[in-house]
Amino acid sequence: MADKVIYATYDDDTVLLEGAKKLVAKGVHIRDVFSPFPIHGIDPVIGVKQTRLAICAFIYGLIGLSLALVGMYYFMIVDWPMNIGGKPNDFFYQNIPAFIPITFEFTVLLAAHGMALTYFLRNWTLPGVEARNPYPYTTDDKFVMEIHPADNHVTVDELSQMLNETGSILIEER
Amino acid sequence: MDFIFSKRAKITFSILMLIGVIAMIFGFMNDQTDHHNRFWANIFINGFFFFAISLGALFFLALQYATEASYMVVVKRVIEGTSQFIYIGAAILIVFFLAGTFHWHHIYHWMDPEVYNPDSDHYDAIIAGKAAYLNQPFFWIRTLAYLGVWCYFAYLFRKRSLMEDELGGTKTHFKNITSAAIFLVFFAFTSSTASWDWIMSIDTHWFSTLFGWYVFSGIWVSAMIFLVLVTIYLKGKGFLPAVNKSHIHDLGKWMFAISFLWSYLWFSQFELIWYSNIPEEVTYYITRIEHFKWLFFGIFFMNFVFPMVILMARDAKRTIGYLIVVGLIIFVGHWFDVYLMVVPGTLGELHFGFMEIGMFLGFLGLFLYVVFNAFTKAPMMVKNHPYLEESKHLHI
Repeated sequence: MADKVIYATYDDDTVLLEGAKKLVAKGVHIRDVFSPFPIHGIDPVIGVKQTRLAICAFIYGLIGLSLALVGMYYFMIVDWPMNIGGKPNDFFYQNIPAFIPITFEFTVLLAAHGMALTYFLRNWTLPGVEARNPYPYTTDDKFVMEIHPADNHVTVDELSQMLNETGSILIEER
Repeated sequence: MDFIFSKRAKITFSILMLIGVIAMIFGFMNDQTDHHNRFWANIFINGFFFFAISLGALFFLALQYATEASYMVVVKRVIEGTSQFIYIGAAILIVFFLAGTFHWHHIYHWMDPEVYNPDSDHYDAIIAGKAAYLNQPFFWIRTLAYLGVWCYFAYLFRKRSLMEDELGGTKTHFKNITSAAIFLVFFAFTSSTASWDWIMSIDTHWFSTLFGWYVFSGIWVSAMIFLVLVTIYLKGKGFLPAVNKSHIHDLGKWMFAISFLWSYLWFSQFELIWYSNIPEEVTYYITRIEHFKWLFFGIFFMNFVFPMVILMARDAKRTIGYLIVVGLIIFVGHWFDVYLMVVPGTLGELHFGFMEIGMFLGFLGLFLYVVFNAFTKAPMMVKNHPYLEESKHLHI
């Protein structure tokens, strides 16, 4: 029975959320929830950890910031000092206001792209990759809960019973 | 729940005011500058700074109404109470402008009629060229119009809010949306012109089209800092039981975000003038960099880097300790921002001593006394606001 998976379908996100709370209270481990939109407050209930994407974004931003500053320093001060509007170009600090807009843009560029790419890679939703969605209708108006009986040490029948009580409209075993 | 203005707080604020009065008297007597300009500059810095906090609170309240936002309903009385200082703030500003008209101080160089007289030694062609806008009668019409309309809206929103508690229903709510929209349009325009008239005209020859937004962002961020700090204080004392971590988080986000707005506008103004390097524009910054270098750049970094580095993380905005530390630092920072708008154009060089500190404390005491007194006038929690229930369940 190790590879058996139970999918419980709901037609309302609030019903699913309440059901999930009851199941978790009974000690059931919910592996995943598929929904067409983010359900407010579901993450702590089913034990999804807080995302670390923000930390990644901060690191990408720092990389962008330093790359831009180092780049500007090399291009505009060391390699080929240019006289633009008579601005002093001997030292980095004298020219720093001119570099700020570019630094800002580059920070945003790297943070945003890095974040998006990390997100796609981590979810493995790159172009051409097949969707790993058990039910296509979860992209429309249905909500599906995925439970592995192997995680829970209860029989499939007991689990179905519990899911029925939470108001699931369809329980399927695959 | 009703707010109780504790005896200790009353005594503390009274002591602050007493320090302020002493600083004013001794400062005035020891003031060696021309026409006691240093004394009057301090009246204006503090008068404007604390007036601006209540004006910013009024603006924020109108923003809540116009956008029909629910999340801040449980702290609505705090915002309202803060906006109630606006009458006294306006009175202080009027006294200051009257003193200018009577030539008791020379903060406003252009108020001297000699500069418009072509036969006079003091004739100033540039100022005379601005006479169509920058003349005393028109200045007074504008000033009284801004102050009158702003005070009227502060009075109106307060009255309606108390009325809503009694009446219930949604009638007041919809009336507030219309009034708030009218106020926001008026404020969008007049916050810029007021900052030209009152602050930019100190450096009469100089002009910057961005100045209005820069001052406005300063007004807004000062108000948000005060709202965060006072909400934390009131919650700590148990007067705001419905305020949860999410409300504090939202207020913290505002403080964080508007600090960025302020830094963005501060830098944009500096950058454009630095880059184009036009003599009539750079004078403003030359004075500041020559005599106030460390203060000038230090304030910018303080007001930008502290909120950015410390408040960026989600948990920091939900932790009261971080908010208080950052809030207090940038509160002082934004006071110095107003200081640097006024002093270089009036005194030319750094004057900072007992008078500045004492008068800041005095005005702070007066401001807090008036605001806390306004808190006692109404229950801390609104009744019958259509979004009250939603606001109580705010969860982010």
